[in-house]
Amino acid sequence: MIKAILIFNNHGKPRLIRFYQYFAEDMQQQIIRETFHLVSKRDDNVCNFLEGGSLIGGSDYKLIYRHYATLYFVFCVDSSESELGILDLIQVFVETLDKCFENVCELDLIFHMDKVHYILQEVVMGGMVLETNMNEIVAQVEVQNRMEKSEVSVQCQPVAELISG
Amino acid sequence: MALKIVKGSIDRMFDKNLQDLVRGIRNHKEDEAKYISTCIDEIKQELKQDNIAVKANAVCKLTYLQMLGYDVSWAAFNIVEVMSSSKFTYKRIGYLAASQCFHESTDVIMLTTNQIRKDLSSPNQYDTGVALTGLSCFVTPDLARDLANDIMTLMSHTKPYIRKKAVLIMYKVFLKYPESLRPAFPRLKEKLEDPDPGVQSAAVNVICELARRNPKNYLSLAPLFFKLMTSSTNNWVLIKIIKLFGALTPLEPRLGKKLIEPLTNLIHRALDLLYGMVSKKNLMEIVKKLMLHVDKAEGTTYRDELLTKIIDICSQSNYQYITNFEWYISILVELTRLEGTRHGHLIASQMLDVAIRVKAIRAFAVAQMATLLDNAHLLTGNMQRNGICEVLYAAAWICGEFSEHLENPIQTLEAMLRPKVATLPGHIQAVYVQNAAKLFATVLKGQEGNTDSTAAQETSQLMIDRLPLFVQSANLEVQERASCILQLVKYIQKLQQKDVEVAEEVSALFAGELNPVAPKAQKKVPVPEGLDLDAWINEPPSESESEDEQPKAIFAKEEPKHSRPRHTEVDEKELARRREARKQEQANNPFYIKASPSSQKVYQDTPGVEHIPVVQIDLSVPLKVPGMPMSDQYVKLEEERRQKERAEKKKKEKKKRKEKRSGRGKKQDSGPESEEDITPAHMVDIVTEEMPENALPILILFYFLSVNILLTEMIAFFWPSFKVCDIQGNLQDGSQVVVSVIFENKCDSFLKSMEFNVLDSLNSKLQRPEGSGPHDGLTVPFQLPPGVSNEARFVFTVQSIVMPQKLKGTLTFIVKNEDSSTHEKLDFKLHFTCTSYLITTPCYSDAFAKLLESGDLKGSSVRLEGVNMPFHHLLARICFHHHFSVVERIDSCASMYSRSIQGHHVCLLVKTSGQTVSIDAKCDEPTLLGNVLDEIKQTFSQC
Repeated sequence: MIKAILIFNNHGKPRLIRFYQYFAEDMQQQIIRETFHLVSKRDDNVCNFLEGGSLIGGSDYKLIYRHYATLYFVFCVDSSESELGILDLIQVFVETLDKCFENVCELDLIFHMDKVHYILQEVVMGGMVLETNMNEIVAQVEVQNRMEKSEVSVQCQPVAELISG
Repeated sequence: MALKIVKGSIDRMFDKNLQDLVRGIRNHKEDEAKYISTCIDEIKQELKQDNIAVKANAVCKLTYLQMLGYDVSWAAFNIVEVMSSSKFTYKRIGYLAASQCFHESTDVIMLTTNQIRKDLSSPNQYDTGVALTGLSCFVTPDLARDLANDIMTLMSHTKPYIRKKAVLIMYKVFLKYPESLRPAFPRLKEKLEDPDPGVQSAAVNVICELARRNPKNYLSLAPLFFKLMTSSTNNWVLIKIIKLFGALTPLEPRLGKKLIEPLTNLIHRALDLLYGMVSKKNLMEIVKKLMLHVDKAEGTTYRDELLTKIIDICSQSNYQYITNFEWYISILVELTRLEGTRHGHLIASQMLDVAIRVKAIRAFAVAQMATLLDNAHLLTGNMQRNGICEVLYAAAWICGEFSEHLENPIQTLEAMLRPKVATLPGHIQAVYVQNAAKLFATVLKGQEGNTDSTAAQETSQLMIDRLPLFVQSANLEVQERASCILQLVKYIQKLQQKDVEVAEEVSALFAGELNPVAPKAQKKVPVPEGLDLDAWINEPPSESESEDEQPKAIFAKEEPKHSRPRHTEVDEKELARRREARKQEQANNPFYIKASPSSQKVYQDTPGVEHIPVVQIDLSVPLKVPGMPMSDQYVKLEEERRQKERAEKKKKEKKKRKEKRSGRGKKQDSGPESEEDITPAHMVDIVTEEMPENALPILILFYFLSVNILLTEMIAFFWPSFKVCDIQGNLQDGSQVVVSVIFENKCDSFLKSMEFNVLDSLNSKLQRPEGSGPHDGLTVPFQLPPGVSNEARFVFTVQSIVMPQKLKGTLTFIVKNEDSSTHEKLDFKLHFTCTSYLITTPCYSDAFAKLLESGDLKGSSVRLEGVNMPFHHLLARICFHHHFSVVERIDSCASMYSRSIQGHHVCLLVKTSGQTVSIDAKCDEPTLLGNVLDEIKQTFSQC
């Protein structure tokens, strides 16, 4: 099971947090801080897995992370997950973001946290991996975006009429 | 009511949305907390409104604030309100907020049961999906109990999207409401064999989680999982199943045996990945790890597999990743210690390859090989069946050929002449004998320098003693070489006894260094003048011979690709005909260097299908590279040409920038630029105007205009004969013009969101997708990382084609750096020449004659002075730049034909005398003709 997914930048500013286990907000912030502390002091060429933290769920807990440019993508998982599998999943997630945002950068995540959440929801659900096929993920995200667009344009119609009229 | 909606919408326009909130927070770095508290006040106001859109927007902002650590549980009720909106957009916002901040003790959760149930049964699968996703995060025992049945039904939903989510969420339901497991399990098991891989993967996922808690209960599923493991290609599923088996094997030891095969398959896949993973940095490390596995490996098949992988990895792309060849030689030597491998020859060929090609390590290689020879007995435990003895072939050859590097040549010589050598396979013995002779020469050279002449004689004696063993060999090759060398040594010994110094002469036998030669080197040697490689040297073989007798390979197996198609029924006439045809072809081939000027006179007296006179030309490359297919050549030319052009452009660019800096800041001359216009395939001018100050990164580098959309490949441009068949079909749409533009990013930043826009004229319009306005730009369908170029096509609709046209356009794009991005713009002009509306169309001389006789065409003519180029170049130029084809050519006179996209016939009669060229032209559209002639004139005025 995935316990939490944290995305923060090189300064530890959270860009997306997704806990699959309940923690109060202040505890969430503390977990982010400590995770950032653990991950940020590591060189880019050392192992992407960290074990033995005790933040969530006691000893059965490891951090798997990847560092992309200004962002850290950290998955906190228990021993039922394979490190390499999760590493691959992070890559799938990031590639999907890249596809959906067209060359994603930190700003996209900053201003569209909701959209990132919706994408993540197609990858991981309730801490379990839902889909690993990027094309499938992108397709589902796109259909939903289209639905949203069609609803919004209906919503805006009266305004447009008012202005043109 | 309507007014209320309008009012609500207008209100909404003035609300802060999520982006505004984020921007605001970023702008209030100093007093962030204060700013956010005012925002929260605003949000509270918004939540009080009736309008659901406003509420949803507020909730969305709250979700963001929650991430920053703000408690938003006070808005739980509003979240439930947004969740229950009938609109998917708001529902999604609500569920997201709920999944971020609801938990078991959130009391409003009780209120959601019915809403969730309603969403689960919604006809819209995405409503259901959103509800499932949300529920998976905040499911409570109560919700699990109340909704278990609904979710179980969804496990058999028609849409796989819902099925996989329903299957996955069942795990959460089991956790919160364990009683549901028993009734749901059969259906869950069924989903392991769901036709959809996503659903399958979800079921595997859930069962693996369950089995982790209590493996014993899931042993019965082992066969099913085993089947999945061997059939699934989804890595994620495989990993999960292997993990599951990890938990199951301790309970059922028999499983372990069954797993070996599928697991080795997985290992093979991993090995394949390695191939692509290596770099200069990690090669040694990776090979080291693999060597460890080789040592540990049981079973020769797997070990052989590893061995070939190591060699594959190391030798890929010409040893690209090897930085230290001594290391590689040692690896190869280490690999020889493998017993029973089948790949001795592979190791041997690597040793030879490296020793021959990497001069610097020869000394090292020779030393290693000498050791190998010395310890040959270790390798050859089980002679004939042992493939590893093949490496001795390489060792012997290297030691012989590069014997000057040997530290102790006598010892090696001795090792090569041991009686045990006679048990090696024949071809290896043969190499031993031959190289013993080379070594002997080296040894003699060393010994004769010394005062002790007996040493040299002793060496000869050693040869004479040992060689007879090989003379008796059953292998002919060995026998022959051995007896030859034996006689030679005996003669040498005689001379030695007379105190004649022989070393010089003996080593002269083996003088000269063997240089590595690239396999394709022969192709670079030009065919000498007058040599016709296609002509028969002797009388061609008779029919009967060619029918059933395949010449037997004498020395080696002949590769089938070398064999020429056999000619049947070749007689003198046929030969003459072919020779004639070949001459014709050569005459038409500008790359062919003619033997004498007289051969240029070619009469095209046979109009017909085989003689469609297509002239293929590029003036810059006069020589045909023999042996290359024509298409390749064009591709190559194209590359070269573009490179050249790029270089030129760069130069220009620099110049331009300099001008800018020096403050002259002139507008770029938009007239035709001489240098550029010479380049082939150049039919549209895009001239940049007003280069912005900071040296804009984008360059419209190379562009051309083609008529119709049929040109799927650029080659088509240079290969009019290729175009021909296609054009007819596409001519129906005579109003379309395709412009291909190559964008190259010359700066260090990333370019994205490029938009190409042209100001339409009355006559020419850029085709835009349906629904877009007449001034909208077209999005260029790619982005450009630094240094990358890509091509985009734009379709224009043109009404009249009789006049050339210039269109103004703009390219806008975003330059993205690490931390900032700027919006930039570039102006350009598109120049549609009349030539660009012409399509190379072949025409037979009879049809051409009819056309001229018909009298429908109006004439015009032009004279070009001072044209200093061979006539066939001139024709080629017209063909190439102006899309004409030669109909007929007689001496210094040629008729040419082309056709416009709207079906106008354009006929030319080109005559040359001295440096004057006169072109008489006829066309059914005089204006078009006039313009085309002007353009032709321009082409020649620039050379």
